[in-house]
Amino acid sequence: MSPVFSNLLAQPGVALAAEAAVKIAVVIVVLMGMVAYTVLAERRICALIQDRLGPNRVGAFGLLQPIADSFKLLLKENVLPGHVNRFWYVLAPTIAMAPPLLTLAVIPFGNTLAGFNLVIADLDVGVLWIFSIASLGVYGIVLAGWASNSKYPFLGGMRSAAQLISYEVPMGLSVVSVFLLVGSLKLSNVVAYQAGTWLIFKAPLAFLIFLVSAFAETNRLPFDLPEAEQELVGGYNTEYGQMKFALFFLAEYANMIVASALIVTLFFGGWQVPFVRVEAFGPILAGALGVAAFFVKLLAFIVFFIWVRWTLPRFRYDQLMRLGWRVLLPLALLNIVATALALALKLRA
Amino acid sequence: MEAALFHLFSFLTLAGALLVITRRDPVNAAMLLVLTFFFMAGLFVLAHAWFLAAAQILVYAGAIMVLFLFVIMLLDAKEETRRCFGRVAGVGALAVGGALLAALAGVIRDGRLWRVPAGDAEGTTAAVGRLLFNTYLLPFEVASVLLLAATVGVIVLIRAPRRPDDAPPSA
Repeated sequence: MSPVFSNLLAQPGVALAAEAAVKIAVVIVVLMGMVAYTVLAERRICALIQDRLGPNRVGAFGLLQPIADSFKLLLKENVLPGHVNRFWYVLAPTIAMAPPLLTLAVIPFGNTLAGFNLVIADLDVGVLWIFSIASLGVYGIVLAGWASNSKYPFLGGMRSAAQLISYEVPMGLSVVSVFLLVGSLKLSNVVAYQAGTWLIFKAPLAFLIFLVSAFAETNRLPFDLPEAEQELVGGYNTEYGQMKFALFFLAEYANMIVASALIVTLFFGGWQVPFVRVEAFGPILAGALGVAAFFVKLLAFIVFFIWVRWTLPRFRYDQLMRLGWRVLLPLALLNIVATALALALKLRA
Repeated sequence: MEAALFHLFSFLTLAGALLVITRRDPVNAAMLLVLTFFFMAGLFVLAHAWFLAAAQILVYAGAIMVLFLFVIMLLDAKEETRRCFGRVAGVGALAVGGALLAALAGVIRDGRLWRVPAGDAEGTTAAVGRLLFNTYLLPFEVASVLLLAATVGVIVLIRAPRRPDDAPPSA
């Protein structure tokens, strides 16, 4: 290492920035790789469920299929329909892709490894940051629907806006009980709290509400009304093609992975390894085992998301709204009151 | 560094707000307002008011402006871009704007809001919660009742009693 470079790194701000930059690069590369292979997993698992084979020609077991697909999408001719509002039409896919990338910053994917905290930014307002950034994803879909200047995308965009806003409410309220228990919004504290028992055993109702809302927030079946093919042709992305379409597609899968990561962190102990005291293996191995535990749980949830999609039929729009406002919202409120009462009684006793 | 960022975000906030009121197209104006909220959240972060910054984005940019956009898109936005305002409306707008500016100038000259050292505001979630549920408990609860009243009002309005002659077709 040249002396100029090491001197530069010795400055506290620079070292911090360099560490953050490396973590950001690693997380984005891992996320995009996972997105690509989640798409393949989805195709293979759905084929399995429908007694087909799925894409198995490109590479062994079809493992090179995502690479072929991404080159196809990247190399397609860039077509801009004449009837669209150009500015928002081009910007909308980017707006849809940004939230999942930004929310990942606060999710701890491990404890510490070689002295580095395995989280990009452990914010004091952790989960609040995730909710605030995730709530912006709806702009991408709404603007895409509106800027396309076409009936079906517009209907899809409007549906999506109503759905996302409706399910943000029970989702946000369901985690309140988690924070009553933990006493902090910081995700590293939430994970540390679950060293003994996972929060799913202490707040099962909150987990159920959060899970259902997560399916709705990520536009996955049984709540994929914004892109219901039989009713809306393709929904908000009907007028999109090439890489612009691919960005919407990637955003949907990235959202699913982030939602899975959040569920794992909030309710399934994050990077905590169950039943084993990993500290006994020394710091390096313990850190690596934590990361491995996080990814195993994450993959399990991704498979669960895919499994549900190919098993359940779609809700009708009025059923979706009724479930959100009349079932999940009162349940979430009840859950908060019950948790708060239980905690208050425990404090008094 | 912090001073430079403060000036940058202040400038962007003001520029964004100015663009919001000068755009003709309501969708562009609404999205510029979202952007302005972001820059304001940046200012909150510089004041170490983390909770306020997150709440600002969550509530204003993520929820309220989405509903604004929803309504703008459902109404015909093209009509709005063509509409011109008369002289009376112009004078009225100037008067209201001038009064607001005068009120702001009064507060600034008062000086109480003027000097807050950067990072002195306690902005962690716990600090904000302590303030809301101790010092400001009553105003906080009153504000929630106000919002409830508005919600009930909307429901009453959309469920206005039908005239007896247009009874529902069935039952």
